[in-house]
Amino acid sequence: MTPRVQVQGLVNRFGAQVVHDGLDMCVEAGEIFGIVGGSGAGKSVLLRSILGLQRPVAGTVRLNGEDVTQMTQREMRTVKANYGVTFQEGALFGGLTVLQNVQLPMIEYLQLAAADLDELAMLKVRMVGLPADAGAKYPAQLSGGMIKRAALARALALDPELLFLDEPTAGLDPISAAAFDELLLYLHQHLHLTVVMITHDLDTIFRTCNRVGVIVDRKMVSDTLTGIMDNPHPWIQAYFHGERARGYQARAGGAHGA
Amino acid sequence: MYLESRRTAQGVELRLTGAWRVTHLAALARELAAVGLAGAGEVLIDTAGLTALDLSASVKLQDFVRRAVAAGARVTFKPAPPDQLHLIETAMAPPPPAPQAAVPGPHHIEEPVEALGRRVVGGWDDLLSGLAFVGRIAVTAGRALRAPRRLRPISIVRHVYETGITAIPIVTLIAFLISVIIAYMSAQQLARFGANVFVVDLVTIGVLRELGVLLTAIIVAGRSGSAFAAEIGSMYLNSEVDALQAIGVDPFEVLILPRVIGLTIALPLLTVIADATGLTGGALLCKYLLNIPLPQYLTRMNDSIATTTFWVGLVKAPVFGLLIGLAGTYRGMQVRGSSQELGRLTTVAVVQAIFVVLFADALFAVLFMALDI
Repeated sequence: MTPRVQVQGLVNRFGAQVVHDGLDMCVEAGEIFGIVGGSGAGKSVLLRSILGLQRPVAGTVRLNGEDVTQMTQREMRTVKANYGVTFQEGALFGGLTVLQNVQLPMIEYLQLAAADLDELAMLKVRMVGLPADAGAKYPAQLSGGMIKRAALARALALDPELLFLDEPTAGLDPISAAAFDELLLYLHQHLHLTVVMITHDLDTIFRTCNRVGVIVDRKMVSDTLTGIMDNPHPWIQAYFHGERARGYQARAGGAHGA
Repeated sequence: MYLESRRTAQGVELRLTGAWRVTHLAALARELAAVGLAGAGEVLIDTAGLTALDLSASVKLQDFVRRAVAAGARVTFKPAPPDQLHLIETAMAPPPPAPQAAVPGPHHIEEPVEALGRRVVGGWDDLLSGLAFVGRIAVTAGRALRAPRRLRPISIVRHVYETGITAIPIVTLIAFLISVIIAYMSAQQLARFGANVFVVDLVTIGVLRELGVLLTAIIVAGRSGSAFAAEIGSMYLNSEVDALQAIGVDPFEVLILPRVIGLTIALPLLTVIADATGLTGGALLCKYLLNIPLPQYLTRMNDSIATTTFWVGLVKAPVFGLLIGLAGTYRGMQVRGSSQELGRLTTVAVVQAIFVVLFADALFAVLFMALDI
């Protein structure tokens, strides 16, 4: 089966600054793949390259086997209908209600009757755990956790099989973050999603990810959770075995053996 | 074709095939609706042939299952019910309350009255909060005058530069063009009476008393009034103003006051430049088109103006600058929530800045007439 996301030999440069130098990454269908890296390691640039928002200097990015780096705008449109994205700050459209935010991609891509539009959008809103009355609210009226959920609802508007999340739990309290993790696992199981997420939240990584890719030295090292924790690279060691991660060794190490 | 239905002894057997996706939702719904359920005791749904089933399509399937159950049939899935149906069940339970659509009631005679009342009250509130805003600036300014460091001189200079110095090219150009147009138009009319030389009076008095300062104010309202509203508004959207307040810095002192003072200083300076350019434009047109030599133009100009003419125009400039600064910053401070508000209030700022400038100009005209200058 073709991998959902396959990045080969990716090179990104801004002036003299090399962000990625021959980065490889592969995500199989059904995985939850976590992307980790230090600040400025190029996580967001990688995501933008994969989404086709930015053309890399060299290398290929294949989504479901199709190279997005060589596509025209028109071809990209079809690809973009097959993935959903949430951005770090939610990026909800401030002038639209939550329901209208969810409906926007549907109206753009599908010819649906008004009743279907309302029903499906409301389903997405309820599915991510928002109360029904949240649909009529504007993003400015929502709390941080609700914004993340509303952004997820919009990302799922077109029923994509592939979901990209940029720091989905950043800025949430631990309880809301844990609830978001459970929601993600639940949707992953029921909708047969493939998820790629950038995250710094060790809780989220240990709870949800099957595999982790770490951006170090402008390349990616990816492995299963146990595999990556045994990786000798000093940054990876510091990340997974540092002061903040120590608690997980006892709690999570055994439970997430595979 | 997304399904094959077959009558069996027990009821109906459905074989779902192909990719059930939201992109073909209408076709799916049509085919499901066409399945007859009359007298079917048992409905067997075979999902083995599906290559894809997304959530939206599942909603249609769920609707069908509900219809079958309502018709008294027992629904079974082969091999197993899809996960998505379970998700829909959980997500939609308890069923969302019927959306209380804001049913527009029958039109009553009170409605226009009520709307008018709301507008009046809203306008009154706006006026009061505007007065409170001006009052707060006055208080801040008073405090700043006692401790000059709080006046933020560097910030004021920056705003004089941004609203004044950088506006010189456009103000010069427009003052020049307008005075040339006035001189040319009036020359055509006055030539019929052989009173060509009065063009000089017209241009001189017009530019010095009204046009120089008014044009400058309108250009600055468009340039800087909008910039003030947008800058301050986006700072509110980014919580930067909250951050300032949390640090213990008064946003009125660092954001509003330097802008308003900066513009109050910049507008008179720009007006002097506009006056000079306007007179130059008039002189050039008279020399080359009306054959009035420069010495004659200058003498005529001197004769036509009183000592007050220049000052009558210039004294209005700081007032206009103050008004534009107030309108821009006041509307900027009202931005909350969304970028749409930012756009709306920036527009309001410019429109109101130009309005108050013209209104103040009218008041000045009445005042000068009463003072007989």
